[in-house]
Amino acid sequence: MTISRNARLLLASLLGVGLAFIYVPLSVVIINSFNASKTFSWPPSQFTTMWWSKAIENTGVREALKWSVLAGLSATAIALILGTCLAFAVSRYQFFGREVISLLVVLPISLPGVVTGIALNNAFTKQLGMSTGLLTVVIGHATFCIVIVYNNAIARLRRMGTSLQEASMDLGANGITTFRLITLPNLASALFAGGLLAFGLSFDEIVVTTFTAGPGIQTLPIWIYNNLFRPNQAPIVNVVAATLVVLSIVPIYLSQRLSQDTTTGGRF
Amino acid sequence: MLISLSNYLHKRDRLRLVALLTTPVLWLVVAYLGALAMLLVTAFFTIDSFTGNVIQQFNLGNFQDMLTDAAYKNVVLRTLGIAISVTLICSVLAIPMAFYMAKIARPRSQKILVALVLTPLWASYLVKIYAWRTMLEPGNGVLDWLLGPIGIHSPGFGGPAIIIGLSYLWLPYMILPIYAGLERLPNNLLDASGDLGAHNFYTFRKVILPLIFPSLVAGSMFTFSLSLGDYITAQIIGGKLQMLGNVVYQNFSINLPFAATIAMIPVSIMALYLYLVRRTGALASM
Repeated sequence: MTISRNARLLLASLLGVGLAFIYVPLSVVIINSFNASKTFSWPPSQFTTMWWSKAIENTGVREALKWSVLAGLSATAIALILGTCLAFAVSRYQFFGREVISLLVVLPISLPGVVTGIALNNAFTKQLGMSTGLLTVVIGHATFCIVIVYNNAIARLRRMGTSLQEASMDLGANGITTFRLITLPNLASALFAGGLLAFGLSFDEIVVTTFTAGPGIQTLPIWIYNNLFRPNQAPIVNVVAATLVVLSIVPIYLSQRLSQDTTTGGRF
Repeated sequence: MLISLSNYLHKRDRLRLVALLTTPVLWLVVAYLGALAMLLVTAFFTIDSFTGNVIQQFNLGNFQDMLTDAAYKNVVLRTLGIAISVTLICSVLAIPMAFYMAKIARPRSQKILVALVLTPLWASYLVKIYAWRTMLEPGNGVLDWLLGPIGIHSPGFGGPAIIIGLSYLWLPYMILPIYAGLERLPNNLLDASGDLGAHNFYTFRKVILPLIFPSLVAGSMFTFSLSLGDYITAQIIGGKLQMLGNVVYQNFSINLPFAATIAMIPVSIMALYLYLVRRTGALASM
Protein backbone atom coordinates (compact mmCIF):
# COMPACT_ATOMS: atom_id res chain seq x y z
CA MET A 1 0.00 0.00 0.00
CA THR A 2 1.21 3.48 -0.72
CA ILE A 3 1.12 5.51 2.41
CA SER A 4 2.20 9.10 2.10
CA ARG A 5 5.33 10.20 3.92
CA ASN A 6 3.30 12.45 6.17
CA ALA A 7 0.90 9.67 7.17
CA ARG A 8 3.87 7.43 7.89
CA LEU A 9 5.45 10.08 10.09
CA LEU A 10 2.16 10.69 11.87
CA LEU A 11 1.68 6.98 12.59
CA ALA A 12 5.28 6.60 13.73
CA SER A 13 4.91 9.49 16.14
CA LEU A 14 1.62 8.09 17.47
CA LEU A 15 3.42 4.78 18.08
CA GLY A 16 6.15 6.72 19.86
CA VAL A 17 3.60 8.49 22.06
CA GLY A 18 1.95 5.15 22.87
CA LEU A 19 5.25 3.51 23.77
CA ALA A 20 6.17 6.52 25.91
CA PHE A 21 2.81 6.18 27.67
CA ILE A 22 3.67 2.54 28.37
CA TYR A 23 7.29 2.97 29.42
CA VAL A 24 7.54 6.31 31.26
CA PRO A 25 5.69 5.06 34.39
CA LEU A 26 7.72 1.83 34.44
CA SER A 27 10.98 3.76 34.17
CA VAL A 28 9.89 6.02 37.01
CA VAL A 29 9.49 2.94 39.22
CA ILE A 30 13.00 1.78 38.41
CA ILE A 31 14.56 5.24 38.91
CA ASN A 32 12.69 5.72 42.18
CA SER A 33 14.18 2.55 43.63
CA PHE A 34 17.51 4.43 43.61
CA ASN A 35 16.03 7.70 44.85
CA ALA A 36 17.84 8.72 48.02
CA SER A 37 14.96 10.81 49.32
CA LYS A 38 12.74 8.89 51.72
CA THR A 39 9.63 10.72 50.49
CA PHE A 40 10.56 10.14 46.83
CA SER A 41 10.38 13.76 45.82
CA TRP A 42 10.59 14.09 42.05
CA PRO A 43 12.98 14.72 40.33
CA PRO A 44 15.45 12.81 42.53
CA SER A 45 18.33 14.93 43.76
CA GLN A 46 20.52 12.08 44.97
CA PHE A 47 20.83 8.39 44.23
CA THR A 48 21.56 5.45 46.50
CA THR A 49 21.65 1.65 46.41
CA MET A 50 20.80 1.49 50.10
CA TRP A 51 17.15 0.47 49.52
CA TRP A 52 18.25 -2.46 47.40
CA SER A 53 20.45 -3.93 50.11
CA LYS A 54 17.70 -3.34 52.66
CA ALA A 55 15.14 -5.11 50.48
CA ILE A 56 17.39 -8.12 49.97
CA GLU A 57 17.65 -8.51 53.75
CA ASN A 58 13.92 -8.02 54.28
CA THR A 59 12.40 -11.25 55.58
CA GLY A 60 8.82 -10.23 54.75
CA VAL A 61 9.70 -9.98 51.05
CA ARG A 62 11.50 -13.33 51.04
CA GLU A 63 8.61 -15.03 52.81
CA ALA A 64 6.12 -13.51 50.36
CA LEU A 65 8.22 -14.57 47.39
CA LYS A 66 8.26 -18.12 48.74
CA TRP A 67 4.46 -18.25 49.02
CA SER A 68 4.02 -16.76 45.55
CA VAL A 69 6.33 -19.29 43.93
CA LEU A 70 4.76 -22.17 45.85
CA ALA A 71 1.19 -21.15 44.97
CA GLY A 72 2.15 -20.39 41.36
CA LEU A 73 3.91 -23.71 40.79
CA SER A 74 1.10 -25.77 42.37
CA ALA A 75 -1.63 -23.93 40.48
CA THR A 76 0.33 -24.25 37.22
CA ALA A 77 0.83 -27.99 37.74
CA ILE A 78 -2.90 -28.54 38.30
CA ALA A 79 -3.82 -26.29 35.38
CA LEU A 80 -1.39 -28.12 33.10
CA ILE A 81 -2.99 -31.48 33.84
CA LEU A 82 -6.62 -30.37 33.77
CA GLY A 83 -6.21 -28.00 30.82
CA THR A 84 -4.43 -30.60 28.70
CA CYS A 85 -7.07 -33.26 29.47
CA LEU A 86 -9.83 -30.86 28.45
CA ALA A 87 -7.99 -29.82 25.29
CA PHE A 88 -7.60 -33.48 24.26
CA ALA A 89 -11.26 -34.21 24.93
CA VAL A 90 -12.55 -31.18 23.02
CA SER A 91 -10.17 -31.45 20.06
CA ARG A 92 -10.27 -35.23 19.55
CA TYR A 93 -13.83 -36.26 20.39
CA GLN A 94 -17.39 -35.40 19.49
CA PHE A 95 -19.70 -35.36 22.47
CA PHE A 96 -22.78 -33.72 23.86
CA GLY A 97 -21.99 -30.41 25.56
CA ARG A 98 -18.66 -29.82 23.83
CA GLU A 99 -19.42 -26.13 23.23
CA VAL A 100 -20.42 -25.71 26.85
CA ILE A 101 -16.92 -26.77 27.91
CA SER A 102 -15.22 -23.94 26.04
CA LEU A 103 -17.60 -21.51 27.75
CA LEU A 104 -17.15 -23.12 31.16
CA VAL A 105 -13.41 -22.89 30.89
CA VAL A 106 -13.28 -19.14 30.05
CA LEU A 107 -15.86 -18.17 32.67
CA PRO A 108 -13.44 -17.93 35.64
CA ILE A 109 -11.27 -15.46 33.76
CA SER A 110 -14.05 -13.40 32.18
CA LEU A 111 -16.05 -12.73 35.33
CA PRO A 112 -14.67 -10.02 37.62
CA GLY A 113 -12.06 -11.31 40.08
CA VAL A 114 -13.94 -9.84 43.01
CA VAL A 115 -16.98 -12.01 42.13
CA THR A 116 -14.87 -15.16 41.82
CA GLY A 117 -13.10 -14.19 45.04
CA ILE A 118 -16.15 -13.76 47.25
CA ALA A 119 -17.84 -16.80 45.69
CA LEU A 120 -14.85 -19.02 46.52
CA ASN A 121 -14.43 -17.51 49.98
CA ASN A 122 -18.10 -18.07 50.72
CA ALA A 123 -17.95 -21.66 49.47
CA PHE A 124 -14.72 -22.54 51.31
CA THR A 125 -15.30 -20.90 54.67
CA LYS A 126 -19.08 -20.77 55.08
CA GLN A 127 -20.30 -23.84 53.20
CA LEU A 128 -17.43 -26.30 53.51
CA GLY A 129 -16.06 -25.05 56.82
CA MET A 130 -12.48 -24.99 55.50
CA SER A 131 -9.95 -22.51 56.79
CA THR A 132 -8.26 -20.36 54.19
CA GLY A 133 -4.63 -21.11 53.45
CA LEU A 134 -2.28 -22.23 50.74
CA LEU A 135 -4.72 -24.93 49.59
CA THR A 136 -7.56 -22.49 48.98
CA VAL A 137 -5.23 -20.08 47.16
CA VAL A 138 -4.03 -22.89 44.90
CA ILE A 139 -7.60 -24.04 44.14
CA GLY A 140 -8.60 -20.46 43.29
CA HIS A 141 -5.57 -19.83 41.09
CA ALA A 142 -5.77 -23.17 39.29
CA THR A 143 -9.40 -22.48 38.39
CA PHE A 144 -8.58 -19.43 36.30
CA CYS A 145 -5.25 -20.82 35.03
CA ILE A 146 -6.90 -23.83 33.34
CA VAL A 147 -8.12 -21.71 30.44
CA ILE A 148 -4.60 -20.48 29.62
CA VAL A 149 -3.18 -23.99 29.29
CA TYR A 150 -6.34 -25.15 27.51
CA ASN A 151 -6.12 -22.39 24.88
CA ASN A 152 -2.46 -23.09 24.17
CA ALA A 153 -2.86 -26.86 24.07
CA ILE A 154 -5.99 -26.92 21.91
CA ALA A 155 -4.48 -24.59 19.31
CA ARG A 156 -1.49 -26.92 18.98
CA LEU A 157 -3.59 -30.12 18.96
CA ARG A 158 -5.83 -28.75 16.20
CA ARG A 159 -2.82 -27.79 14.09
CA MET A 160 -1.08 -31.10 14.72
CA GLY A 161 -3.97 -33.24 13.52
CA THR A 162 -4.07 -36.95 14.25
CA SER A 163 -2.12 -38.40 11.32
CA LEU A 164 1.21 -38.59 13.17
CA GLN A 165 -0.32 -40.52 16.04
CA GLU A 166 -2.12 -42.83 13.62
CA ALA A 167 1.11 -43.49 11.76
CA SER A 168 2.85 -44.32 15.02
CA MET A 169 0.09 -46.70 16.09
CA ASP A 170 0.05 -48.31 12.63
CA LEU A 171 3.76 -48.95 12.99
CA GLY A 172 3.07 -50.89 16.14
CA ALA A 173 3.66 -48.43 18.97
CA ASN A 174 1.23 -48.70 21.81
CA GLY A 175 -0.68 -45.76 23.29
CA ILE A 176 1.95 -44.90 25.88
CA THR A 177 4.88 -45.04 23.48
CA THR A 178 2.98 -42.90 20.97
CA PHE A 179 2.15 -40.35 23.64
CA ARG A 180 5.73 -40.28 24.92
CA LEU A 181 7.51 -40.17 21.56
CA ILE A 182 5.03 -38.40 19.29
CA THR A 183 2.29 -36.46 21.02
CA LEU A 184 4.17 -35.03 23.98
CA PRO A 185 7.23 -33.74 22.07
CA ASN A 186 4.93 -32.03 19.59
CA LEU A 187 2.85 -30.54 22.37
CA ALA A 188 5.70 -29.63 24.71
CA SER A 189 6.43 -26.08 23.58
CA ALA A 190 2.74 -25.15 23.63
CA LEU A 191 2.44 -26.57 27.14
CA PHE A 192 5.55 -24.68 28.19
CA ALA A 193 4.13 -21.41 26.86
CA GLY A 194 0.79 -22.12 28.53
CA GLY A 195 2.43 -23.05 31.81
CA LEU A 196 4.57 -19.92 31.71
CA LEU A 197 1.52 -17.72 31.16
CA ALA A 198 -0.42 -19.55 33.87
CA PHE A 199 2.43 -19.07 36.33
CA GLY A 200 2.66 -15.40 35.41
CA LEU A 201 -1.06 -14.95 35.93
CA SER A 202 -0.96 -16.69 39.30
CA PHE A 203 2.18 -14.84 40.41
CA ASP A 204 0.55 -11.48 39.73
CA GLU A 205 -2.95 -12.28 40.99
CA ILE A 206 -4.20 -10.18 43.86
CA VAL A 207 -8.01 -10.09 43.93
CA VAL A 208 -8.86 -13.79 44.18
CA THR A 209 -5.84 -14.19 46.46
CA THR A 210 -7.17 -11.52 48.84
CA PHE A 211 -10.28 -13.60 49.40
CA THR A 212 -8.74 -17.08 49.45
CA ALA A 213 -5.53 -16.53 51.43
CA GLY A 214 -5.85 -16.59 55.19
CA PRO A 215 -3.99 -14.19 57.45
CA GLY A 216 -0.99 -16.53 57.50
CA ILE A 217 -0.23 -16.29 53.81
CA GLN A 218 1.10 -13.23 52.08
CA THR A 219 1.91 -13.66 48.43
CA LEU A 220 4.11 -11.00 46.85
CA PRO A 221 1.21 -8.90 45.45
CA ILE A 222 -0.55 -9.06 48.84
CA TRP A 223 2.68 -8.00 50.53
CA ILE A 224 3.06 -5.05 48.17
CA TYR A 225 -0.56 -4.08 48.70
CA ASN A 226 -0.30 -4.25 52.49
CA ASN A 227 2.87 -2.14 52.51
CA LEU A 228 1.89 0.34 49.81
CA PHE A 229 0.61 2.96 52.22
CA ARG A 230 3.19 2.48 54.97
CA PRO A 231 5.64 5.35 54.58
CA ASN A 232 8.67 3.61 56.11
CA GLN A 233 8.18 0.55 53.89
CA ALA A 234 7.88 2.62 50.70
CA PRO A 235 11.59 2.33 49.71
CA ILE A 236 11.41 -1.47 49.89
CA VAL A 237 8.12 -1.53 47.96
CA ASN A 238 9.90 0.53 45.29
CA VAL A 239 12.74 -1.98 45.04
CA VAL A 240 10.35 -4.95 44.82
CA ALA A 241 8.34 -3.11 42.16
CA ALA A 242 11.46 -2.29 40.15
CA THR A 243 12.62 -5.91 40.34
CA LEU A 244 9.26 -7.13 39.04
CA VAL A 245 9.43 -4.67 36.14
CA VAL A 246 12.90 -5.84 35.15
CA LEU A 247 11.99 -9.51 35.58
CA SER A 248 9.02 -9.19 33.22
CA ILE A 249 11.52 -9.31 30.35
CA VAL A 250 12.41 -12.94 31.14
CA PRO A 251 9.08 -14.61 30.25
CA ILE A 252 8.76 -12.48 27.10
CA TYR A 253 12.19 -13.57 25.98
CA LEU A 254 11.46 -17.21 26.74
CA SER A 255 8.05 -17.31 25.10
CA GLN A 256 9.31 -15.53 21.98
CA ARG A 257 12.11 -18.04 21.64
CA LEU A 258 10.05 -21.11 22.30
CA SER A 259 6.63 -20.53 20.84
CA GLN A 260 6.55 -20.37 17.08
CA ASP A 261 2.75 -20.52 17.05
CA THR A 262 2.14 -16.84 17.51
CA THR A 263 4.23 -13.80 18.11
CA THR A 264 1.92 -12.88 20.95
CA GLY A 265 2.80 -15.87 23.11
CA GLY A 266 -0.52 -17.64 22.80
CA ARG A 267 -2.58 -15.19 24.80
CA PHE A 268 -4.61 -14.25 21.73
CA MET B 1 0.18 -53.02 33.86
CA LEU B 2 0.22 -49.47 32.52
CA ILE B 3 0.54 -50.81 29.00
CA SER B 4 -2.35 -53.21 29.32
CA LEU B 5 -4.42 -50.38 30.79
CA SER B 6 -3.51 -48.17 27.86
CA ASN B 7 -4.36 -50.95 25.41
CA TYR B 8 -7.65 -51.51 27.17
CA LEU B 9 -8.48 -47.81 26.99
CA HIS B 10 -7.46 -47.53 23.38
CA LYS B 11 -10.17 -49.91 22.32
CA ARG B 12 -12.78 -48.10 24.36
CA ASP B 13 -13.13 -44.61 22.96
CA ARG B 14 -15.96 -43.47 25.21
CA LEU B 15 -14.19 -44.65 28.33
CA ARG B 16 -11.12 -42.69 27.32
CA LEU B 17 -13.24 -39.57 26.85
CA VAL B 18 -14.79 -40.04 30.27
CA ALA B 19 -11.34 -40.44 31.81
CA LEU B 20 -10.17 -37.22 30.17
CA LEU B 21 -13.23 -35.20 31.09
CA THR B 22 -14.14 -36.29 34.61
CA THR B 23 -11.55 -34.47 36.72
CA PRO B 24 -11.45 -31.12 34.91
CA VAL B 25 -15.21 -30.92 34.50
CA LEU B 26 -15.79 -31.88 38.13
CA TRP B 27 -13.24 -29.26 39.17
CA LEU B 28 -14.86 -26.48 37.17
CA VAL B 29 -18.42 -27.46 37.98
CA VAL B 30 -17.95 -28.18 41.67
CA ALA B 31 -15.25 -25.71 42.66
CA TYR B 32 -16.32 -22.90 40.38
CA LEU B 33 -19.93 -23.13 39.23
CA GLY B 34 -20.92 -24.56 42.61
CA ALA B 35 -19.37 -21.59 44.38
CA LEU B 36 -21.02 -19.14 41.96
CA ALA B 37 -24.41 -20.79 42.40
CA MET B 38 -24.01 -20.63 46.17
CA LEU B 39 -23.21 -16.92 45.87
CA LEU B 40 -26.31 -16.37 43.76
CA VAL B 41 -28.44 -18.10 46.41
CA THR B 42 -26.82 -16.03 49.16
CA ALA B 43 -27.93 -12.88 47.33
CA PHE B 44 -31.49 -13.73 48.36
CA PHE B 45 -30.64 -14.09 52.06
CA THR B 46 -30.36 -11.39 54.69
CA ILE B 47 -28.26 -10.91 57.78
CA ASP B 48 -29.26 -10.58 61.38
CA SER B 49 -28.51 -6.95 62.18
CA PHE B 50 -27.43 -7.81 65.75
CA THR B 51 -25.23 -10.86 65.32
CA GLY B 52 -24.22 -10.26 61.72
CA ASN B 53 -25.00 -13.90 60.90
CA VAL B 54 -26.56 -14.84 57.59
CA ILE B 55 -30.24 -15.76 57.90
CA GLN B 56 -31.06 -18.36 55.28
CA GLN B 57 -34.50 -17.12 54.40
CA PHE B 58 -35.39 -16.48 50.81
CA ASN B 59 -36.42 -12.87 50.12
CA LEU B 60 -35.92 -10.09 47.63
CA GLY B 61 -35.03 -7.41 50.16
CA ASN B 62 -31.45 -6.95 48.90
CA PHE B 63 -32.57 -6.47 45.33
CA GLN B 64 -35.17 -3.97 46.52
CA ASP B 65 -32.56 -2.01 48.46
CA MET B 66 -30.23 -2.07 45.49
CA LEU B 67 -32.83 -0.85 43.02
CA THR B 68 -34.37 1.85 45.19
CA ASP B 69 -31.19 3.47 46.51
CA ALA B 70 -30.01 6.13 44.07
CA ALA B 71 -26.45 5.81 45.38
CA TYR B 72 -26.10 2.35 43.80
CA LYS B 73 -27.54 3.56 40.52
CA ASN B 74 -24.85 6.23 40.48
CA VAL B 75 -22.12 3.70 41.17
CA VAL B 76 -23.37 1.48 38.34
CA LEU B 77 -23.51 4.39 35.91
CA ARG B 78 -20.08 5.65 36.99
CA THR B 79 -18.54 2.19 36.62
CA LEU B 80 -20.11 1.76 33.19
CA GLY B 81 -18.90 5.23 32.19
CA ILE B 82 -15.37 4.40 33.30
CA ALA B 83 -15.38 1.01 31.52
CA ILE B 84 -16.65 2.57 28.29
CA SER B 85 -14.15 5.46 28.44
CA VAL B 86 -11.29 3.04 29.06
CA THR B 87 -12.39 0.93 26.08
CA LEU B 88 -12.60 4.00 23.81
CA ILE B 89 -9.24 5.40 24.93
CA CYS B 90 -7.56 2.03 24.45
CA SER B 91 -9.04 1.68 20.94
CA VAL B 92 -7.95 5.15 19.88
CA LEU B 93 -4.43 4.58 21.18
CA ALA B 94 -4.18 1.00 19.94
CA ILE B 95 -5.31 1.33 16.31
CA PRO B 96 -2.47 3.56 15.04
CA MET B 97 0.10 1.65 17.11
CA ALA B 98 -1.10 -1.72 15.82
CA PHE B 99 -1.29 -0.38 12.27
CA TYR B 100 2.29 0.80 12.33
CA MET B 101 3.42 -2.50 13.85
CA ALA B 102 1.55 -4.69 11.36
CA LYS B 103 1.78 -2.73 8.10
CA ILE B 104 4.67 -0.28 8.19
CA ALA B 105 7.37 -1.69 10.47
CA ARG B 106 10.02 -3.97 8.92
CA PRO B 107 9.86 -7.64 9.99
CA ARG B 108 12.79 -7.26 12.37
CA SER B 109 11.46 -4.22 14.19
CA GLN B 110 8.02 -5.82 14.10
CA LYS B 111 9.20 -8.55 16.45
CA ILE B 112 10.81 -6.05 18.78
CA LEU B 113 7.70 -3.88 18.83
CA VAL B 114 5.49 -6.86 19.73
CA ALA B 115 7.87 -7.70 22.57
CA LEU B 116 7.80 -4.07 23.72
CA VAL B 117 4.02 -4.13 23.86
CA LEU B 118 3.90 -7.54 25.55
CA THR B 119 6.46 -6.86 28.27
CA PRO B 120 4.26 -4.63 30.45
CA LEU B 121 1.65 -7.42 30.53
CA TRP B 122 4.10 -9.37 32.68
CA ALA B 123 4.93 -6.47 34.96
CA SER B 124 2.87 -6.69 38.09
CA TYR B 125 -0.61 -5.12 38.12
CA LEU B 126 0.03 -3.44 41.46
CA VAL B 127 3.38 -2.09 40.34
CA LYS B 128 1.76 -0.42 37.36
CA ILE B 129 -0.96 1.26 39.40
CA TYR B 130 1.62 2.18 42.01
CA ALA B 131 3.67 3.77 39.23
CA TRP B 132 0.68 5.92 38.32
CA ARG B 133 0.38 7.01 41.94
CA THR B 134 3.87 8.46 41.62
CA MET B 135 3.02 9.90 38.20
CA LEU B 136 -0.23 11.57 39.25
CA GLU B 137 0.75 12.83 42.72
CA PRO B 138 -0.66 16.38 42.65
CA GLY B 139 2.03 19.03 43.05
CA ASN B 140 5.23 16.98 43.07
CA GLY B 141 4.27 14.09 40.78
CA VAL B 142 6.17 13.12 37.64
CA LEU B 143 3.34 14.25 35.35
CA ASP B 144 3.41 17.81 36.69
CA TRP B 145 7.18 17.89 36.34
CA LEU B 146 7.08 16.44 32.82
CA LEU B 147 4.09 18.22 31.31
CA GLY B 148 3.75 21.23 33.62
CA PRO B 149 6.01 23.37 31.37
CA ILE B 150 3.55 22.90 28.47
CA GLY B 151 0.60 23.74 30.69
CA ILE B 152 -0.78 20.25 31.38
CA HIS B 153 -1.34 19.42 35.03
CA SER B 154 -2.09 16.19 36.81
CA PRO B 155 -5.81 15.63 37.35
CA GLY B 156 -5.01 14.36 40.86
CA PHE B 157 -6.57 11.23 42.32
CA GLY B 158 -10.17 10.59 41.25
CA GLY B 159 -12.26 9.56 38.26
CA PRO B 160 -9.86 10.74 35.52
CA ALA B 161 -6.97 9.05 37.36
CA ILE B 162 -8.91 5.75 37.42
CA ILE B 163 -9.58 6.05 33.68
CA ILE B 164 -5.89 6.75 32.95
CA GLY B 165 -4.74 3.91 35.23
CA LEU B 166 -7.13 1.32 33.79
CA SER B 167 -6.39 2.38 30.19
CA TYR B 168 -2.72 1.95 31.00
CA LEU B 169 -3.27 -1.51 32.47
CA TRP B 170 -5.37 -2.88 29.62
CA LEU B 171 -3.83 -1.12 26.57
CA PRO B 172 -1.73 -4.16 25.51
CA TYR B 173 -4.87 -6.32 25.60
CA MET B 174 -6.34 -4.01 22.94
CA ILE B 175 -3.19 -3.61 20.81
CA LEU B 176 -2.51 -7.33 20.41
CA PRO B 177 -5.85 -8.52 18.93
CA ILE B 178 -5.94 -5.50 16.58
CA TYR B 179 -2.35 -6.20 15.55
CA ALA B 180 -3.24 -9.85 14.91
CA GLY B 181 -6.30 -8.75 12.90
CA LEU B 182 -4.31 -6.29 10.81
CA GLU B 183 -1.62 -8.85 10.13
CA ARG B 184 -4.24 -11.17 8.62
CA LEU B 185 -5.60 -8.33 6.47
CA PRO B 186 -4.15 -8.70 2.94
CA ASN B 187 -2.17 -5.68 1.75
CA ASN B 188 -3.68 -5.81 -1.72
CA LEU B 189 -7.07 -4.82 -0.32
CA LEU B 190 -5.51 -1.58 0.84
CA ASP B 191 -3.70 -1.20 -2.50
CA ALA B 192 -6.94 -1.73 -4.39
CA SER B 193 -8.72 0.87 -2.34
CA GLY B 194 -5.87 3.32 -2.95
CA ASP B 195 -5.78 2.56 -6.70
CA LEU B 196 -9.49 3.22 -6.92
CA GLY B 197 -8.82 6.70 -5.66
CA ALA B 198 -9.61 6.46 -1.97
CA HIS B 199 -7.35 8.55 0.23
CA ASN B 200 -5.83 7.16 3.43
CA PHE B 201 -8.57 8.11 5.85
CA TYR B 202 -11.33 6.95 3.53
CA THR B 203 -9.60 3.56 3.13
CA PHE B 204 -9.30 3.37 6.90
CA ARG B 205 -12.98 4.13 7.44
CA LYS B 206 -14.43 1.98 4.65
CA VAL B 207 -11.99 -0.92 4.36
CA ILE B 208 -9.80 -1.33 7.44
CA LEU B 209 -12.24 -0.48 10.21
CA PRO B 210 -15.02 -2.90 9.14
CA LEU B 211 -12.48 -5.69 8.69
CA ILE B 212 -10.76 -5.26 12.05
CA PHE B 213 -14.05 -4.75 13.90
CA PRO B 214 -14.02 -8.30 15.32
CA SER B 215 -10.52 -7.67 16.70
CA LEU B 216 -11.72 -4.44 18.29
CA VAL B 217 -14.58 -6.34 19.90
CA ALA B 218 -12.17 -9.03 21.10
CA GLY B 219 -9.96 -6.36 22.66
CA SER B 220 -12.93 -4.62 24.21
CA MET B 221 -13.85 -7.85 25.99
CA PHE B 222 -10.68 -7.41 28.02
CA THR B 223 -10.73 -3.64 28.48
CA PHE B 224 -14.45 -3.53 29.29
CA SER B 225 -14.79 -6.57 31.52
CA LEU B 226 -11.55 -6.04 33.41
CA SER B 227 -12.52 -2.42 34.12
CA LEU B 228 -16.03 -3.35 35.17
CA GLY B 229 -14.98 -5.47 38.14
CA ASP B 230 -11.90 -3.59 39.27
CA TYR B 231 -11.64 -2.14 42.75
CA ILE B 232 -7.93 -1.98 43.50
CA THR B 233 -7.17 0.78 41.02
CA ALA B 234 -9.95 2.86 42.56
CA GLN B 235 -8.50 2.21 46.02
CA ILE B 236 -5.00 3.30 45.04
CA ILE B 237 -5.52 6.23 42.67
CA GLY B 238 -9.28 6.85 42.82
CA GLY B 239 -9.31 9.17 45.82
CA LYS B 240 -12.73 8.78 47.43
CA LEU B 241 -14.40 7.58 44.24
CA GLN B 242 -16.07 4.17 44.35
CA MET B 243 -16.67 1.63 41.62
CA LEU B 244 -18.95 -1.43 41.72
CA GLY B 245 -16.06 -3.61 42.87
CA ASN B 246 -15.41 -1.34 45.85
CA VAL B 247 -19.04 -1.62 46.97
CA VAL B 248 -18.82 -5.42 46.73
CA TYR B 249 -15.50 -5.44 48.59
CA GLN B 250 -16.76 -3.25 51.42
CA ASN B 251 -19.97 -5.19 51.90
CA PHE B 252 -18.19 -8.53 51.79
CA SER B 253 -17.18 -8.57 55.45
CA ILE B 254 -20.19 -6.76 56.90
CA ASN B 255 -23.10 -7.98 54.77
CA LEU B 256 -22.23 -10.88 52.49
CA PRO B 257 -25.75 -11.33 51.05
CA PHE B 258 -25.83 -7.71 49.95
CA ALA B 259 -22.30 -7.99 48.50
CA ALA B 260 -23.57 -11.00 46.53
CA THR B 261 -26.52 -8.99 45.26
CA ILE B 262 -24.27 -6.15 44.06
CA ALA B 263 -21.88 -8.69 42.50
CA MET B 264 -24.73 -9.84 40.28
CA ILE B 265 -24.67 -6.45 38.50
CA PRO B 266 -21.27 -6.83 36.77
CA VAL B 267 -22.06 -10.49 36.13
CA SER B 268 -25.33 -9.59 34.37
CA ILE B 269 -23.70 -6.76 32.42
CA MET B 270 -20.96 -9.15 31.27
CA ALA B 271 -23.52 -11.81 30.33
CA LEU B 272 -25.41 -9.26 28.23
CA TYR B 273 -22.15 -8.04 26.71
CA LEU B 274 -21.03 -11.59 25.85
CA TYR B 275 -24.42 -12.24 24.28
CA LEU B 276 -24.13 -9.12 22.11
CA VAL B 277 -20.54 -9.99 21.19
CA ARG B 278 -21.64 -13.49 20.18
CA ARG B 279 -24.13 -11.94 17.80
CA THR B 280 -21.41 -9.94 16.05
CA GLY B 281 -19.53 -13.19 15.48
CA ALA B 282 -16.32 -11.77 16.93
CA LEU B 283 -15.83 -14.64 19.36
CA ALA B 284 -15.18 -17.07 16.54
CA SER B 285 -12.25 -15.00 15.29
CA MET B 286 -10.55 -14.74 18.67
